[in-house]
Amino acid sequence: MTGAAARTRALALALAVLTLLPFASHSQFFVNLAMLTAISAALGQAWNIAGGFGGLTSFGHAAFFGLGAYADAILQTRYGLNPWLGLPAAAAFGGGAGWLIGTATFRAGLRGSYFALVTLAFAQAFGVLANSLDITGGGSGILVALHPGAGRFQFTDRRAGYALAVALLALATLAAWRLSVGRFGAHLLAVRENEDAARALGVPAVRVKSAALALSGALTALGGVLYVQSYLYIDPGIAFSAERSVEMLLVAMIGGAGTVLGPLLGALVVHAIADTTRSLITTPGVAPMLYGVVLLLIIGLLPGGVVRIAAVRGDG
Amino acid sequence: MMALLLPALVGGVLTGGVYALVALGLTLIYGVLHIVNFAHGSLLMVAMFGAWLLATRLGLDPLAAVPLMAGAMFAIGWGLYRFVIGPVGRGDDRGVLLATLGVAVVLDNAALIAFTGDSRSIETPYALQMVQAGPLLIPLAKLVAFAGAMLIALLLWAFMALTDTGRAIRAVAREPEGAALVGIRPARIFALAYGIGIACLGAAGCLLLPSFYVSPQVGGMFVLVAFTVVVLGGMGSFPGAVVGALLVGITENLGNLYLGESLGPICVPLLFIAVLLVRPTGLFGAVR
Repeated sequence: MTGAAARTRALALALAVLTLLPFASHSQFFVNLAMLTAISAALGQAWNIAGGFGGLTSFGHAAFFGLGAYADAILQTRYGLNPWLGLPAAAAFGGGAGWLIGTATFRAGLRGSYFALVTLAFAQAFGVLANSLDITGGGSGILVALHPGAGRFQFTDRRAGYALAVALLALATLAAWRLSVGRFGAHLLAVRENEDAARALGVPAVRVKSAALALSGALTALGGVLYVQSYLYIDPGIAFSAERSVEMLLVAMIGGAGTVLGPLLGALVVHAIADTTRSLITTPGVAPMLYGVVLLLIIGLLPGGVVRIAAVRGDG
Repeated sequence: MMALLLPALVGGVLTGGVYALVALGLTLIYGVLHIVNFAHGSLLMVAMFGAWLLATRLGLDPLAAVPLMAGAMFAIGWGLYRFVIGPVGRGDDRGVLLATLGVAVVLDNAALIAFTGDSRSIETPYALQMVQAGPLLIPLAKLVAFAGAMLIALLLWAFMALTDTGRAIRAVAREPEGAALVGIRPARIFALAYGIGIACLGAAGCLLLPSFYVSPQVGGMFVLVAFTVVVLGGMGSFPGAVVGALLVGITENLGNLYLGESLGPICVPLLFIAVLLVRPTGLFGAVR
């Protein structure tokens, strides 16, 4: 085993131990922080599947998050469905939207910056719809009635919420790991590195990229369900804001896009910045401004992300 | 119906004039540097706050502040490209895109820290004045903004077409290596072109302020509008940007008229998606 691989394995182990830590804590405040970090990591990992492994830089992943959140909220408040059914419904909506958006844009030959802008436009269009339709409750959003209990997918103990966030993170990380070792992932990477060459070798580029976006969209939509079940509320600003899309991108880019462990590290870095600044300065804007600075530093100095620090040292 | 339609059309054209100025900078930057400047909206927000500060602290009318803000924004843009976007992006498409995103995030939140999230506007003596044109009442501030935008667009065109620097910029846009062979330094031209693109925002910010409000989030509202204008007209095309801006202004106003204030804003993102999916080269189809 090479030094780098050993380093990666040690890092994975450390992260796994760190994930278990909050279960031993009785502080709801600490567990809440851990839950938010785990959701960020899961969403970052979901973004990473399209944006990292597939090189599909999305600026509008909030579209999938919001779709999942609204699917869950509408099905239980309007149609009386059990909220657990929100999970498969959201995955279907998020995955379907990812497939449709992917097929339409990739067929039209959109790549790189154009793809980023078109995803932003989709998120904005969904936001306008959520803000003006009756079924979404317009600008005032949807309030889910409080019914604590596992049967209603509502938990008073934050540790249960944390466990669900960790489960989603594990699912997304498993998907990312499969991409890093499997045949589909190899196709995706080939398309990312050189689309024309991959096509020439018979890789169906449009289908591969659309499938990656569908998988990423489905996982992101599941994050939306967890949000609604934790906070029992959703509105257009929470669901479809550009800030949410940017946060998913930041987590993956800072940690290391296209790596299995990158988004986990990225979420830790982003939340460490957020929670430290918030405890020192209460002015809004300071923490997000620092994310921007860190993003610039990472892209400029460490394009592989924080995860590279572990790998590079391992080489020596 | 005409009684409502005509004012909406005229209003769209007037708003479109200022969009043209915003989009000219964006299309210039794309045409020369071949980069998508995602920080464009945020830099417009900076220019609007600059004009707002000059108006409220020094009592300088935004229209009189146009040359000053254009110069200041040129310096900011030049420095930003020279010291941040250029070195961070390293000429790689995704790197540059993310670098401009990073700049946008930093600027938006710096403004939030400095000015809080409140919306601000200024009062000018001409803010409520109307000009009678046949059956129409046109707000003077919007008419002046439109005229100013068109004048600056003309100046920019003349600069690009007639001066040596303009020729050098066009040479680099066409053929960077060839331009380097005849003694033009592309790296300098890139920073210069970026600066000029941002200087347009300085002027646009001043022209917008009397009839609009400014807040740290305002950049996010303009960024997709500006890109819609530019892809509709054809990335890199000057006449395309002007025509695209007028069309986007009209579309936006008609959308608000027929779909209402809450659903109307869907027109711009839908138009953007439709253009990219159906005719990515835009109306004035230059090669993408």
